[in-house]
Amino acid sequence: MTTDRATLAASVMALLRAIAPEVEPDGLDFGRPLRSQVDLDSMDWLNFLVSLHERLGVTIPEADYARLVSFNDVLDYVLGSTGKGA
Amino acid sequence: MISFKLPSLGADMTEGTLLTWHVKPGDNVKRGQVVAVVDTSKAAIDVEIWQDGVVHELLVAPGEKVPVGTVLATLREPGDADATVAEVPAKTSASTVDPAPVAIAPAAAPAEPAVAAASDRQQAMRQAIAAAMSRSKREIPHYYLTETIPMQVATTWLLQRNGALPITERILPAALLLKAVAVALKRTPELNGLYLDGQFQPGAAVHAGVAISLRGGGLVAPAILEVQSKPLPQLMRELSDLVKRARAGSLRSSEMSDATITITNLGDQGVESVLGVIYPPQVALVGFGSILVRPWVLDGVVSAQPVVRATLAADHRVSDGHRGALFLAELRDLLQQPQLLAAAFTPTDSQKGDKA
Repeated sequence: MTTDRATLAASVMALLRAIAPEVEPDGLDFGRPLRSQVDLDSMDWLNFLVSLHERLGVTIPEADYARLVSFNDVLDYVLGSTGKGA
Repeated sequence: MISFKLPSLGADMTEGTLLTWHVKPGDNVKRGQVVAVVDTSKAAIDVEIWQDGVVHELLVAPGEKVPVGTVLATLREPGDADATVAEVPAKTSASTVDPAPVAIAPAAAPAEPAVAAASDRQQAMRQAIAAAMSRSKREIPHYYLTETIPMQVATTWLLQRNGALPITERILPAALLLKAVAVALKRTPELNGLYLDGQFQPGAAVHAGVAISLRGGGLVAPAILEVQSKPLPQLMRELSDLVKRARAGSLRSSEMSDATITITNLGDQGVESVLGVIYPPQVALVGFGSILVRPWVLDGVVSAQPVVRATLAADHRVSDGHRGALFLAELRDLLQQPQLLAAAFTPTDSQKGDKA
C-alpha cells in the first residue's frame, strides 16, 4: 500500500515536472495547495489533468476539480478512482 | 533558383543564429514546412518556408550568426533546375514591417549549442521588451477603456458543455474570451491591423497574439491565426498547444510575425484588470482580469455573479474612445450568448445547414 502510493507519487511527480520542470520533488509540501506552491495557470493545470487522464487512465469530471487541491489530494483521487477500476 | 532568406521574426530583430537545419540538399520541401531553427537571441524559432521546392544548397552553417535578409539556402523550383533567382523569404508578413515591433522574449532555452546562456537570454529579453514598449509609449497615443462584463451565462454554459465531455475536449474561459474578441472586432475593424508608414492597414483576418508568460520570467506573444473563422474546440486546442510550445521554446516563424492584435489574460494571477501597452505596429490590445464573483445589480436586485473586467488599450491615430466603447459593448453582448459564439463563423458548420 505504501509502496503503491510511493510509486504513484513518483509517476504523478514526473507528469507535474513535465509541465513545471523547475519543481523540486523534495521542496514540495504534499499537504499544501499545489497551485500556490507551483506556478500553474489554468492552462498548465488542465494539461496536468489531461496527462493524468492519458497516462494513468483517470477520468476527472470538471465537478471534481475543486477536490484536487494538494498533491496528496491528487494521489488520493487517483488511488480512489483506480481502486474502483474506473 | 529560389533564395531562402532569414526573415525578421516580428521582434526588433536584426540578426539571428542558425541553430539547426531540418533539411539537406536534395530534399523536397513543402510550403509551410519547418526547415530550420533560428535563435533570435530572445527565442529559438522554427522557421517555415513558404514555397514548395527542392533544397539546392545550404549557405549558412549551424552556429553562424547572420543579419536579417541573409540568404540561408537556395532552392530549385519543384519542377526543375536553374530558373532565374526569385526572392522568397520565409513565410512572414513582418519582413515588410518596420523593424522595431513586437516584444518577443526568449523561450526557455532549449539544450542546443550556440544558444545564449539563460542569464544572457533573460537580459536580452528584458532589453527587447523594454525597447518595444518604450517605442510604443513614445509613438502611440494610447487611450484606455474598461468594461465589467457579467459572466454568469458564459460560465454556466461552459460548465454544462464541459460536463458532458472528456477532459481533452473541455474548453477554458480563455478560449471563449479569445473567440469573443475576434467576433467583436468585425464591428470595429479599426482595432485590428497594423500601423505602418504613417497609415493604418486593416487586418484581413484576426490573427490574435496571445501573451504567454514564460517560466522563469518574460513573455512571448505568438499568434493564433484566423481566430474569427475557427470553431471553439479548435481554438482551445490551438491555445493549449501554443502555450505548451511557447514554454518549451518551439514556436514557428509565422506565429511570431503575423499578429494583428494582442490579447492578454492575467486572470490566473488573480488580478482584477490589466491595462496593456500596445505592441507596435499593432493598434490595440485587449486585456482580461480574473473571473471573480462580485455583487451585481440586475433589475434593481443585487446578486452575487461572476464578472470579468475587460479593458481596451487602443491607438488614437486610428480610432477613438467612442469606437473603442462600441467594441467593448459588442464584446459584452457576445459573451451573453456563448452558444452563438460557439456557432459563429464556422464555415464548415454553417455549410451544413446552419443559417449563415
